[in-house]
Amino acid sequence: MDYFLTENQMMIKELARQIADQRIMPVRAELDEKEEFPWEIIKVLADSDLMGLCYPEEYGGLGGGTFENCLAVEEISRACIGVSVCYAGSGLGAYPILLFGSEEHKKKYIPDIAGGRKLAAFGLTEANAGSDASGIQTTAVLDENEYIINGTKQWITGGGEAEIYTVIVMTDKTRGSRGASALIVEKGTPGFTFGKKEKKMGIRASATTELIFSNCRVPKENLIGREGMGFVVAMRVLDRTRPGIGAQAIGLCQGALDAAVSYARERRQFGKPIISFQAVQHILADMATQTEAARALVYSACRFIDSGAKDISKVSAMAKVFSSDVAMKVTVDAVQVLGGYGYMRDYPVEKMMRDAKILQIYEGTNQIQRNVIGQELIKEYAGKKEKK
Amino acid sequence: MVKVDIELCTGCGVCEEACPFGAIKVQDDVASIDERCNLCGACVDVCSFEAISIQGLRKTGGEGNDHKGVWVFAEQRNGKIASVVLELLGEGRKLADKLGVDLSAVFFGDSVEMQTNELISYGADKVYVADAPILRDFNDEIYSKVLVDLINEYKPEIVLSGATAVGRSFIPEVSARLETGLTADCTALDIDTERRILLQTRPAFGGNIMATIICPDERPQMATVRHKVMKKATYDTNRKGEVIKKDINGYGVNLRTKVLEVVEEIGETVNIAEADVIVSGGRGLQEPKNFKLIEELAKILGGAVGASRGAVDAGWIPYSHQVGQTGKTVCPKLYIACGISGAVQHLVGMQSSDVIVAINIDKDAPIFDVATFGIAGDVFEVVPVLIKRFNEIRG
Amino acid sequence: MNIVVCIKQVPETTSVKINKDTNTLMREGVKSIINPFDMYAIEEGLRIKEKFGGRVSAVSMGPPQAEEALREAVSYGVDDAFLLSDRAFAGADTLATSRTLSKGIKKIGDFNLIICGKQAIDGDTAQVGPGIAEKLDIPFVAFVRKIREIGNRSIKVERMMDDGYDVMEITLPSLITVVKEINEPRMPSLRGKMKSKSIDIPTWGLADLEIGEDKVGLKGSATQVIKVFTPKRGGRREMLEGSVETQVGLLINRLNDLKVV
Repeated sequence: MDYFLTENQMMIKELARQIADQRIMPVRAELDEKEEFPWEIIKVLADSDLMGLCYPEEYGGLGGGTFENCLAVEEISRACIGVSVCYAGSGLGAYPILLFGSEEHKKKYIPDIAGGRKLAAFGLTEANAGSDASGIQTTAVLDENEYIINGTKQWITGGGEAEIYTVIVMTDKTRGSRGASALIVEKGTPGFTFGKKEKKMGIRASATTELIFSNCRVPKENLIGREGMGFVVAMRVLDRTRPGIGAQAIGLCQGALDAAVSYARERRQFGKPIISFQAVQHILADMATQTEAARALVYSACRFIDSGAKDISKVSAMAKVFSSDVAMKVTVDAVQVLGGYGYMRDYPVEKMMRDAKILQIYEGTNQIQRNVIGQELIKEYAGKKEKK
Repeated sequence: MVKVDIELCTGCGVCEEACPFGAIKVQDDVASIDERCNLCGACVDVCSFEAISIQGLRKTGGEGNDHKGVWVFAEQRNGKIASVVLELLGEGRKLADKLGVDLSAVFFGDSVEMQTNELISYGADKVYVADAPILRDFNDEIYSKVLVDLINEYKPEIVLSGATAVGRSFIPEVSARLETGLTADCTALDIDTERRILLQTRPAFGGNIMATIICPDERPQMATVRHKVMKKATYDTNRKGEVIKKDINGYGVNLRTKVLEVVEEIGETVNIAEADVIVSGGRGLQEPKNFKLIEELAKILGGAVGASRGAVDAGWIPYSHQVGQTGKTVCPKLYIACGISGAVQHLVGMQSSDVIVAINIDKDAPIFDVATFGIAGDVFEVVPVLIKRFNEIRG
Repeated sequence: MNIVVCIKQVPETTSVKINKDTNTLMREGVKSIINPFDMYAIEEGLRIKEKFGGRVSAVSMGPPQAEEALREAVSYGVDDAFLLSDRAFAGADTLATSRTLSKGIKKIGDFNLIICGKQAIDGDTAQVGPGIAEKLDIPFVAFVRKIREIGNRSIKVERMMDDGYDVMEITLPSLITVVKEINEPRMPSLRGKMKSKSIDIPTWGLADLEIGEDKVGLKGSATQVIKVFTPKRGGRREMLEGSVETQVGLLINRLNDLKVV
């Protein structure tokens, strides 16, 4: 379908697709097998300017928005979402600085991130604080000009590989979620180490580790915004980045659909290609329809966000929840179309199905997304009532 | 320019299909030719109505100029005459006999008396020799200068060289300086005796088509020739020949090109061009590690390992093993193609092998068109059985 | 270092198929691409520029649509591009092409190094690079697989030979042709792609180059193609039938009969 992309947007899509086809497709199975962080591909993406899509030109970026970023994520995800999460995860780590950081923060950190010289990562989740961010136990105490951080973050995407971490910590436990703050911590800071690398079901090219803080001191200038803003920072950032999960989902769907259709055209049973059977056609038809619907929603959400709209929580949650549910279904169907071959590691759909599951979990489970949508609906309709 | 006579053209479209460059479109019942035209003449040949002609070609033949004789550049590496030279002497002999002229070899090197005798035994009537330490290693600049001067002095009508790294490197410079034509990588040569013109045939478009090329006016007519496509000359120590020495004093002054080091790489670089038995693998092997199977079979047969371009491009095996248009041309006694579908570009590199065995799962694969014996079957089933049986035979 | 890279637009020959019924090439859907060997030339040029500064210019001789190939070269990071195009250039052999390109390069002006791919995949001649060097009267090395050193007055390179390699030194300005072992070409960049859409690519015809009409195109060519045909295939095949054991048994008998093993 023609989404009336601008010339620049088409160029981004074309370039990301070329890199996906030539540099990611050939190595994705190996990266998955070896659980190897795709540094070579990150370097290619950096040299191609794609790491800087969504940052302002004054900080070395290309001045694009959420949509431009999502177009690249989609195309990379067509080949491998294990790679695209490494790519997009850096944006997640950078967004707190971009949205709430001071001019000094931006000048110091964004150019390296936009140029792909350094990756960023975002640290929110802990053992006892996932969906419920108020349970955060990592603390930061101000000691003259420095914060002293103690505690452990868990399942941090890009952990160990990224250089710049934006971490949500408690500066005032008594105030609950209003006592959270966002701090920038650089790799190599004394007292900041990484825990074990997790063994995952899917997206195995990406690195997921603990961040361990033990009397780690950072200058108080590393505080993003004001104390107590941590939770707001996290929520605003996630509102912006959730369509990125949607973009991963639709790229993954497209990859699965491509694999399923081309297999169905070649595979012969009962003397004809299996695509000539309606039973197979119907599966493929549903896969294609759902993929396109998800794409339309993600693209619309991106354009809405880039228009400068304020109330984006609901739309961004919808884009994430719908497309990631679709991705799970479409990848399961792709395996079904390939039958026994689909279950084997020789074909890519087995990996796609394993990879898909994370999309329903990370950056807020799909149940939490539905809570967000539900609460927005309550607000919306309460407002309407009052007006009546 | 290729001209279409509108009166004669019926718009039948035969030329459109025949054009290898996609330059012809039939519109309103008339063929029209666009700028993709390469003036190859394929359309002229197929047109039944004589509606197409090439205009602007110069028509003079080679008669009446004072160039005489067939020369072969006798390349050496470390003092050893390259084997392609012996093939060139065999072919050159035929061409020279058709023209009724002498066959000469041109030999550059250091202390080369023994080799000049050998060249005569292989059929050279004359050997032009430049013998000096600076000619020991291949230096484009000095080789070109000496060869150009020899050609200008003795005026041969044909100069042949092997399409080796050496020949393909400096011969183009020589032909450009002489402002004459050069045809690369020829696989067949012949003489149009009427016009005394060398007919040079070579593959084009990755071997999908063959083109016959001539150099009608300029002399000498120059060609590089692929290794292993021509028959070797017969060796006869009773032959007598004349040796003409070229004085190369002064040639080594102010050179802009220096050879600092000549490094032979052994091990990885098996010279598949010289092997009697080649076992080749292609994409059908699916994974680099499966080349072990090919290596094992090759080892039992005392042969070398070859590969298709697909397997090389996929990075499964180094380029030095590649057989085909962009790799090496081979002509072993036995060629076993395993999991190679037989793209034209591969076929041109191996189809003159004496016996070709093809093993491929797809019974319609083009490789079977050139095979002496074909087995339509799974490489992973057939090759292990072959290995087992050969092992039993060899005990 | 100012570098000129010569490129050619070619059909992607690996995807050319023969129509078995008519025995002609099927060219439908065959894309035009930058000659793959020229991609290594572009990459090497860019790497040298990144190390030593200067400019990388691309030049191509071809029909008007060869401009696409030059634009693509810009998307990889080439600074400027020049197209040599004229009806008079059509039908050029390698000699006429070498003359035309050398005149174009002279017009581009100040250069230290010319880089060409070792050959074009549609012709596979490997003659134009050395031809240009001769016409410009500069030294050259063909089939370079590595640049070892770049000095102010000369470069040291490794030349791939059939049985190993030679280490060569040539004075600058000079020309090299490169093989695929020399590097791994990069992907285009977004900024490069943006630039490639807007850059002005001058087209130079016969009148712009100091060259006579009798030196270019068909008229300036020493060679002529007189016949084009599709190669004949052997077709003496015998398909061996039966179980794998039987097939292998038959094969070994046949090979023994022919005394090839």
